[in-house]
Amino acid sequence: MAAISDVNPFVSAPVGDNAFARITDNVSRIAEVERPPRAWYIAFACALGILSIFLGSIGWVVWTGIGVWGTTMPAAWAFPIVNFVFWIGIGHAGTLISAILFLFRQTWRTAINRFAEAMTIFAVMCAGVFPGIHIGRPWLPYYMLPIPNQMDMWPQFRSPLEWDIFAVSTYATISIVFWYMGMIPDFATFRDRATTFWRRLCYGVVAMGWRGSSRQWHRYERAYLILAALATPLVLSVHSVVSFDFATSQLPGWHTTIFPPYFVAGAIFGGFGMVVMLAVPARQFFGLKRIIQIRHLEVMNKVLIATSLLVGYSYMMEFFVAWYSGNKYEAFTFVNRAFGQYAWSYWAMISCNVLFPQLHWFKAVRTNPIATLIIGMFINVGMWFERFVIICTSLTRDFLPSSWGYFIPTKIDFMTLGGSFGLFFTLFLLFCRYLPMVAMAEVKAFHPSAHAHEPDHPVEHTGQAPVGI
Amino acid sequence: MSDSHEPQASESGPAPLHGLLAEYTTTGDILRASKKVRDAGFSRWDTFTPFPVHGIDRAMGIRMTILPWIVLGAGLTGLGTAILLQWWTNAYDYPWLISGKPLWSIPANVPIMFELTVLIGGVTAFIAMLVLNNLPMPAHPLDQVKRFARATDDRFFLLIEAADPKFDADATRALLDSTRPHAIESILEDRKTSDKLPTGIIYALVIATVASAVPFALAAKARYTKSRSTRIHLIQDMDAQPKYKAQRENPVFADGRSTRVPDPETVAVGELHEDDHFYRGTQNGAFARTFPPTFRVDETAMLRGEQRFGIYCTPCHGFGAEGNGMVAKRAEELAQGTWTPPSNLTDQRIRDMPVGEIFNTITHGIRNMPAYGPQIPTSDRWAIILYLRALERSHAAKIADLAPAERTGL
Repeated sequence: MAAISDVNPFVSAPVGDNAFARITDNVSRIAEVERPPRAWYIAFACALGILSIFLGSIGWVVWTGIGVWGTTMPAAWAFPIVNFVFWIGIGHAGTLISAILFLFRQTWRTAINRFAEAMTIFAVMCAGVFPGIHIGRPWLPYYMLPIPNQMDMWPQFRSPLEWDIFAVSTYATISIVFWYMGMIPDFATFRDRATTFWRRLCYGVVAMGWRGSSRQWHRYERAYLILAALATPLVLSVHSVVSFDFATSQLPGWHTTIFPPYFVAGAIFGGFGMVVMLAVPARQFFGLKRIIQIRHLEVMNKVLIATSLLVGYSYMMEFFVAWYSGNKYEAFTFVNRAFGQYAWSYWAMISCNVLFPQLHWFKAVRTNPIATLIIGMFINVGMWFERFVIICTSLTRDFLPSSWGYFIPTKIDFMTLGGSFGLFFTLFLLFCRYLPMVAMAEVKAFHPSAHAHEPDHPVEHTGQAPVGI
Repeated sequence: MSDSHEPQASESGPAPLHGLLAEYTTTGDILRASKKVRDAGFSRWDTFTPFPVHGIDRAMGIRMTILPWIVLGAGLTGLGTAILLQWWTNAYDYPWLISGKPLWSIPANVPIMFELTVLIGGVTAFIAMLVLNNLPMPAHPLDQVKRFARATDDRFFLLIEAADPKFDADATRALLDSTRPHAIESILEDRKTSDKLPTGIIYALVIATVASAVPFALAAKARYTKSRSTRIHLIQDMDAQPKYKAQRENPVFADGRSTRVPDPETVAVGELHEDDHFYRGTQNGAFARTFPPTFRVDETAMLRGEQRFGIYCTPCHGFGAEGNGMVAKRAEELAQGTWTPPSNLTDQRIRDMPVGEIFNTITHGIRNMPAYGPQIPTSDRWAIILYLRALERSHAAKIADLAPAERTGL
């Protein structure tokens, strides 16, 4: 492969005689470089390998039946639903950063919003796989859609599982629209810098003839604002609806009113954990340190402290309500979580989600990329365990001791879980290679020199510059 | 894509002027220039910037877009769709009763109302943005200008079209000169790029449209025609299983039946039932008038009989065994003419009936009454008869029948 380069082409300073040109070059060259560094190929090969494990295990599950998983009564949800909730939770940070922080005018979001959105979409794709294969007959999920059929039957719209279908598919659609719309001006930049016919054609088609007309920008910004306003309640609704899958059942440990806010807080926490986990290597490797600065990592780590405390508060409050309700089944469930058969997973969850993130109170830790990366990993592990604890402890210890059990995953379970990261990273690496990783137009719009020379409007942005180019 | 089609008809001579393009290096410059052009009263002009420049809407005099109202309409459409969809499918077309809850109640339907509002509103916001912006726009006269590539990078451009009624080549250039641009360039109409779609793309679109109709046409054909061939069964599930079911033909056995009959001489362990009195209620071929010796007549049996009578007999015969149970009353009320009323078991006829005959009736049923032999174990049937005898006795009881101590308790 002659196309492999041994040196990282992204370490040099970006080219350009002004700040805007340097931002353009810094981001565009990642997708334009003819010889991607060897490390990208190694990472991509690993991701493809893990993806093939994923596809292989899914094929095996479909061919043989879901008995090859440890999923069985009483733990009928087990790994597939744990993984579903885990991935869908991760998929919340992107839209949170894009929409909610946009509405709150947090300009630091421009450095990370694009790849957080990409992360969201890939995470939702990973999540979408699991309910589909969990039902055992992946050719039948269309039953859940209101399609006129020869049975003259309709879905049951008062079921939270049906709400879930609508919530997750709406979320996926709106996230993709939001992501694509944000990329249109950047695709136009790629098109105008293209040196080959095919690059010009491909980016030209997806840019749809965007030329940066101010009359178009006006409608574009309106549409973007409206999408953000629509996506904000949407992002809160999706994990609330996912939590309804549990909360509207009668199982001790699931049947609680705290679930919707608790799940949303956990989703934001887990999603930000994944964002910092991706941001640290990406800024290092693709030479984006000038755009994704330590300052941005620090802000995200502060969000992590806040959401970690929210999640910790929810854990505490669950115990309090279990005691305060006077319901002995509820009380038993929570004592059993902390000290029962799955105590190891409970304490793994507590230490990863509540204890380790507290290290971010120290400025030295939260401004250190390596520490950020490690704590981000711990948070992802912890959030996976949170879903495991909720699902497995409650299902295996319900009202009747005769229906108690213990869930033991098989190696296929682990292959499907681990393999889903292959899908995620394959898509993410392709995104890094071919799409604009940073929202160039937005970063430029918030750069100090975008406001500096206008006599009628003296500089309003006296805060820190979002980008140090 | 150009607005003036007539000049393109003549292919000779230089291309006509499309407009004047001025280039600026800072946002301040483009804002100042925009205000000048706006105040000069031009209408067909635009600016091109790599990012939305703060304040340019006002500087250019761009009016607020109607896009938010379109999205509002779309969102309400989504809301209405969700309400109609859920009401029609679950409460009207296929009434679906869940746990006795109302067929139509708003709270349970709110999540999907919300989701569809956001879905249709959001997608419309995107599509309306494209439509109002005339996107996709594959070609534009500005694409011929090399410097214009920096409009998506770091430069700011202002274009005044020659089609503007106020446009005058010299005066407009002078106006632009006064805004101190980095450069000014005349833009000619694009004659090389055709206004038409390439034929290949047109053919591809036609073929794709026709091809996408084929599955629907096949589905419609299958739905409205009859066929002798078996239906296509892609996913077998467990529909076809290599086994013989009961009551089906089976070539393996000589009698051709898949259900096997037990050997007539066979008796299962403990199922010989040779005690006629106990199992059939007969003695020497006649119905027995006494309880079988193997059945212990005592208070335990009496209480057991009361309980079993309550379960099996009262629905028709009633708690007093007078033939006035709930089922009998309901049948009389319906008066459909097909009902044979249950016997009043306190009648003299039943009182005189041998216990063996009552046992036989319970076991095999009579008239409307089904056989209870398969449901009620043998000793329970005798217990029921014991209790029935007590009921009959109590029915005709006189105060003198009671012990003196019990009489005062009444």
